[in-house]
Amino acid sequence: MSGLDSIPIVVAGEIEGRLRTENLGPLLRQLEQALEDLLATGDSTVIDLGAMPFSRQDEEDLRAQLGRGEVSATLNAFGPTLIEETAVPGVWLIEHRDADDRRLTLQLEVARIPSILVTPEEDIGDGLAALKAANTPPDGAL
Amino acid sequence: MDDLTLSERLRQRGVSRRGFMKFCAATASMMALPPLMIPKIAAALEKARRPSVIWLSFQECTGCTESLTRSHAPTIEGLIFDHISLDYHHTLQAAAGDGAEHAREAAMKENWGKYILVVDGSIPLGEGGNYSAIAGISNLDMLKEVAEGAAAVVSVGTCAAFGGLPMAKPNPTGAVAVSDIIKDKPIVNVPGCPPIPTVITGVLAHFLTFGRLPELDHLQRPKVFFGQSIHDRCYRRPFYERGQFAETFDDEGARKGWCLFKLGCKGPTTYNACATAKWNEGTSWPVEAGHGCIGCSEPRFWDAGGFYQALSVPHTKVGETILTAGAAGLAIGAAAAVLNRKRKAGAVENRETITVKDLTKES
Repeated sequence: MSGLDSIPIVVAGEIEGRLRTENLGPLLRQLEQALEDLLATGDSTVIDLGAMPFSRQDEEDLRAQLGRGEVSATLNAFGPTLIEETAVPGVWLIEHRDADDRRLTLQLEVARIPSILVTPEEDIGDGLAALKAANTPPDGAL
Repeated sequence: MDDLTLSERLRQRGVSRRGFMKFCAATASMMALPPLMIPKIAAALEKARRPSVIWLSFQECTGCTESLTRSHAPTIEGLIFDHISLDYHHTLQAAAGDGAEHAREAAMKENWGKYILVVDGSIPLGEGGNYSAIAGISNLDMLKEVAEGAAAVVSVGTCAAFGGLPMAKPNPTGAVAVSDIIKDKPIVNVPGCPPIPTVITGVLAHFLTFGRLPELDHLQRPKVFFGQSIHDRCYRRPFYERGQFAETFDDEGARKGWCLFKLGCKGPTTYNACATAKWNEGTSWPVEAGHGCIGCSEPRFWDAGGFYQALSVPHTKVGETILTAGAAGLAIGAAAAVLNRKRKAGAVENRETITVKDLTKES
């Protein structure tokens, strides 16, 4: 038994986890508007869920409400990023995590494809340079 | 000192462009800026050079430095912290004595007019400023000397921002805040006892990114972090609106996570980002742990009444009123806040002592 176990205090339940902040409803309406904008103008929208009071229960409710779609991807850059299209096409959940697998941000992106998935010009240039170097025979070789 | 930009430094570490954009997304979130700003942050960080930072610690407990350095690398705040050139910090630097002071003088000379001065701790003015000195130089003289060549001053922690615990009545050392002495430089206050690490680095990141300080409120605090009260962003706020309060720390209300207002929570008069940024790498924060906010980022919080004494007990009909009047809740919240501020001002004038009764809430 550790020292902590000997403290006679019992947690009555996962208090914060069961609470709802009542921000889910307005958020879903914001998503509705963002999808209309995407269809009308092609403009994408990003919402940072860390910028508002949003409990674990809210997040569970959000995930349950939106469901899971057909596409998921993992980006490994500066730690993993988990990208999932929800069952509402065009609404993506993007969770950036650091190298120690701790959450950095949780975002909703309303877009045809999340911007972080598009291969950047700089990386294409670096890849091309590396490929050319690999394809160039060393001096003196046939 | 190398002259790489932040994006070049990350690239040198093998971080791809996607990784850099992810870094920018996390930085925007840390600076409490909307995601719309991510491309602008990326464009600015492409060009951001490594700024020189001189960190002076005066009458303080080192809790502010602990707060900033306790995060495990590689975090976003760690990377921001790595990118600044911390040229003087007598708790962290290896050099001591003359060597340390020469490092400070050299950094000042080399970066005159451009370096950022970070201060934690209050400055004693009593007895000619002789209560606290470093290398034989009083805190007052060192602050004036270093501030003269600074581009901006960041007062980290409630002691530097507002005088803090050393200034508590009867203020034996005559402690004052940085802004009481420095009048001709831009000053940003990052109060908290200690401040949230991401808020400290968020301010540095803002300066690094945009070359200027963020927008400030009337107490010179960055609005993005201190623009809303703890109460406004508290996940327990719905219980306040419904009139459901914990009356003691072990009653049914406490177990059900109800509002801690009646147990002395200072959330309604305290402006900080604890409710969203949280502590210990986002694990929790005082209210989530079941303890009311003590208002540590507000001026004179230590003389503003007992921590367990309710600012003002909300109107007994709050719950019923809200249920019948709907949106009137915000107006009632605002009225309670005015009463609370009056009560707090009264307590500051007439220092109150915490009693056992306050702690047990038996009365």
